[in-house]
Amino acid sequence: MTIDEIQQEIIDDFAGFEDWMDKYSLLIELGNEMAPIDVQYKVDENLIRGCQSRVWLHQEYLDGTITFEAESDALIVKGLVALLLKIYSGRTPHEILASEPRFIDEIGLRQHLSPTRSNGLLAMVKQMKLYALAYEKISTKNN
Amino acid sequence: MSFDLLKIRKDFPILDQKVNGKALVYLDNAATSQRPVQVIERMNEFSLKTNGNIHRATHTFANKTTEAFEQAREIVRSYLNATESAEVIFTSGTTESINLVAHSFGDAFIHEGDEVIVTEMEHHANIVPWQMMCERKGAKLKVIPFNEKGELSMDALDSLITGKTKIIAVTHVSNVLGTLNPIATIIEKAHLKNIPVLIDGAQGAPHFQIDVQALDCDFYTFSGHKIYGPTGIGVLYGKRKWLDQMPPFLGGGEMIDRVTFGKTTFNEIPYKFEAGTPNYVGAIGLGAAIEYIQSHDHSVVLKHEQNLLQFATKKLKTINGLTIYGEASKKAGVLSFNIEGIHPFDLGTLLDQLGIAVRTGRLCADPVMDHFSVENMVRSSFSFYNTLEEVEVFYQALIRLKTMF
Repeated sequence: MTIDEIQQEIIDDFAGFEDWMDKYSLLIELGNEMAPIDVQYKVDENLIRGCQSRVWLHQEYLDGTITFEAESDALIVKGLVALLLKIYSGRTPHEILASEPRFIDEIGLRQHLSPTRSNGLLAMVKQMKLYALAYEKISTKNN
Repeated sequence: MSFDLLKIRKDFPILDQKVNGKALVYLDNAATSQRPVQVIERMNEFSLKTNGNIHRATHTFANKTTEAFEQAREIVRSYLNATESAEVIFTSGTTESINLVAHSFGDAFIHEGDEVIVTEMEHHANIVPWQMMCERKGAKLKVIPFNEKGELSMDALDSLITGKTKIIAVTHVSNVLGTLNPIATIIEKAHLKNIPVLIDGAQGAPHFQIDVQALDCDFYTFSGHKIYGPTGIGVLYGKRKWLDQMPPFLGGGEMIDRVTFGKTTFNEIPYKFEAGTPNYVGAIGLGAAIEYIQSHDHSVVLKHEQNLLQFATKKLKTINGLTIYGEASKKAGVLSFNIEGIHPFDLGTLLDQLGIAVRTGRLCADPVMDHFSVENMVRSSFSFYNTLEEVEVFYQALIRLKTMF
């Protein structure tokens, strides 16, 4: 599936909820189910610091795709992180750079990706894009 | 002067709103309080009819503005019971007030090897300016610790004061723990050794009446926006004997006596410390806010605030896994806590969905977070316009949200 197809799937999953509590309950569930980041990666170098919550982001570049691992100490953020990994992890730098996480807006959680929310989520998306940009440059250079 | 909560809430139309489809419950008063119509109207009327720059021209608007600005200074003087209005300096807020003292008092009186005492429960605004000054001067910052209840150790204070102590800076009320500190005792102890004391009143002024002469504090600071006034205006009260000896903080207009390229002589206090065009609209708004506060019986207001705090404490304590930070015997309407297994960001986000505004995060007090070994807290803070029903709604919301985790 393409990034966009996965985003659409997420949007459809959330579209069924009329009550905001159900929406947040699903995020909390996703956060709870998410595999924790390997302890060796839960270090300060991988920490994206927000005033409100913290996000750790680790990446590996192999065979042209970037694999991300991430975690947050806040569950709602962690649920959103899980969704971001679902769409961006295992993708090529080009795919990552070409796609915006529009699903967050469409499931009515835009406020969590706003620069005024210091939850580390916006910084995480920026950081993933920066990695993609860096690896794209490396791969064009090598070709 | 009566206390009619419904009437009071009518003075704050902002409270009568729905947020995310729910009736607003505003419990973030320690961050900023709401403004009554009396303040908003005074500021609007001034901007609509009288605006002119102060102390600088002979035209009617300029004169009227100067008069209103100086009248606001007199309102503050009277509210604090300062000896003279020259001891009241308008700043942008508590942060600037403390920076002014740290900088100017530090320049005049603090030298290498000297010591400054703060407390473990200070807001960053009453730590960082002193730290910066100590670094410039090669002085040392010492810290009075607090116990598990959130009360300062007076014994530690006795042992921290030495012949090298030059100033003690203490918060009146902790912005995290709500502790009402024994500032009169601290001032008394310090003065026995001729050490001046600065009181950070950002959280104290909104709840308690202050008499700087009775307290005998050397400096007292507070912010307009936390006592029902506008943002961007605050006060530094200082005793004349210190202010006269302190060099100016910022250079510019109004603070000068005479400027030549060879030498500039400075104006008298308070103008020496009010460089540039001050926020006179804010000062006028602050004056209106203080008049508004004075239109209520303070003892009744305080009793209501204490009722809210006690009721909230009692209710929240019944919630399993909830830890309250700060249970000092004397507190203002600040209640910080965590619920086991729920991140404050998550709780704050969900409370907002229910129309309830609280503060979450590190509360600009990293050392307090470190003391309790937590990353964040949730803080509810009450004002006299809050109701017991709102506290009940808050409590019910916590119970409901807890089931989501």
